[in-house]
Amino acid sequence: MKATTVGIIAAIVLVGVISAILLRSSPTAITRSIQVRGSTTVLPIAQAAAEAWMDDHPGDSIIVEGGGSGVGIASLIDGTCDIAISSRTLKGEEKQKGLIEHEIALDAVCVVVNSSNPVEGLTLEQVRRIFKGEITNWREVGGPDLEIVVYTRESTSGTYETFETKVMKPDNITLRALTKISNGEMAHAISGNPNGIGYVGIGFLAQARDIKALKINGVAPTIETVQNGTYPISRFLYMITKGQPEGLAKDFIDFVKSSAGQKIVEERGFVKLP
Amino acid sequence: MKGRIRLKLSGKVLTFPFALVSILSVLFIFTFVFTQGLSLFSKISPLDFFFNLTWRPTATPPSFGIIALVLGSLLVTSLALLISVPLGLLGAIYIAEIANPKIKELLKPVMEILAGIPSVVYGFFGLKVLVPLVQKTFGLPTGETALTGGIVLSIMVLPTILSISEDAISSVPVDYKEASLALGATRWRTIRSVTVPAAASGIVAAVILGFGRAVGETIAVMMVTGGAPIIPTSIFSPVRTMTQTIAAEMGEAVFGSTHYNALFAIGIVLFISTLVLNLFALRLIKKKKW
Repeated sequence: MKATTVGIIAAIVLVGVISAILLRSSPTAITRSIQVRGSTTVLPIAQAAAEAWMDDHPGDSIIVEGGGSGVGIASLIDGTCDIAISSRTLKGEEKQKGLIEHEIALDAVCVVVNSSNPVEGLTLEQVRRIFKGEITNWREVGGPDLEIVVYTRESTSGTYETFETKVMKPDNITLRALTKISNGEMAHAISGNPNGIGYVGIGFLAQARDIKALKINGVAPTIETVQNGTYPISRFLYMITKGQPEGLAKDFIDFVKSSAGQKIVEERGFVKLP
Repeated sequence: MKGRIRLKLSGKVLTFPFALVSILSVLFIFTFVFTQGLSLFSKISPLDFFFNLTWRPTATPPSFGIIALVLGSLLVTSLALLISVPLGLLGAIYIAEIANPKIKELLKPVMEILAGIPSVVYGFFGLKVLVPLVQKTFGLPTGETALTGGIVLSIMVLPTILSISEDAISSVPVDYKEASLALGATRWRTIRSVTVPAAASGIVAAVILGFGRAVGETIAVMMVTGGAPIIPTSIFSPVRTMTQTIAAEMGEAVFGSTHYNALFAIGIVLFISTLVLNLFALRLIKKKKW
């Protein structure tokens, strides 16, 4: 009986110690601290920039969380974060609440097919109808008589979100689309399937083999066409603050817009600001 | 005497907390999954969850119908069993009754190695070898189909089905076989009409455990079935299983959102179905005819 009691106490202590180790906070003294929250598209940039900043400034703490653009903006309004990261512009009523957006990068999504596919370009409308499942044969858009196999990304990915916003809205991608969990898997699938059509982030294109990016409305996706706004499947990414940023929030946004920060933007597969 | 009691006591003190930790962990996980999952039904109706045909968790408006995912899981699992049950059963009969001891010594460890290969390796094999093969063989627009998933899974559940049915067949009392042979039955006739029927409950248990293993498998299936949440219309349809939905979407689902709760609710469905299957299988294994 006594052994059981001791055992229970020992078990509780053990669980307690393990959770304490897992949850313990950083031992270094923190002088400045901010919370960044929002878009999963911008998350990799914010995360990498925060790590780079904290490496150089050990006293500063920048906590970065996902959740989506809307969640980030809502918690900025509530005051539970200092910077919202967003892949959409602010709505009118959000601007009226004193929110200010800062452009930090550009994002572009390339529509890709197998290298063996003779189709070189599509209109945005054709892309939309293919992904909606209305055009089902390459013959209908000037290609060979082959069934089209649509590949998409998991609906929680940032690349999916950009594609959905810029191409599909208000329609949905067909449920028949095969789902890939990363740019890498997408490129692998398209490179192995002459029937396939999919999309990858522009930063990924350089390292992918046996796939090619289509011209959209006659414009090829390049850094120049994204920066000058002629390539249609692209958008700005933002950091948003309530009022003019101050302190660490200002330092951090300035850092992301600096040449060092823009290098991180490119490393993460996005396009730097013009 | 006193020393022995102290030894007994300290042994108990040393081991009991660790046993308790594992039980507590299960309880914690159980409670966590159920609280997170059940709070879905304060946001959407269970009817919508179980009978809506569409799974579009991030669309506006979203829909969280799991029927396509359940059917996807069932189709892939059934195909896997369709392949692995005959293979496993015949293999088990061979190892238990026919093979000479030397071959038996060789086959059993090979089976165990097969069981020890990480599932991502099977997935990679499926993606690189089976997907193109299925596409070419059947002339399909894509090789990412329910059938491909079923083939990969059948290799993965084969060790489970084979080793448990082999145990069941081996443990049939030798009297049964001797009686049958003494009555003039051939060896094959004995296997067919006496040994296998006598081991039936164990073999059924093996199949059920194999089913449970197949339903729960995630990563290998995710890599080869295409992940499209549609109601499958043939074995060449791409499908999305329950496990792969959880694995692919949990990372980015917003904490506390309807989507997040829906993924946990899928977890409950999986949890309950494998629990029921396992309990059923355990009862069958315990039930001996002799």
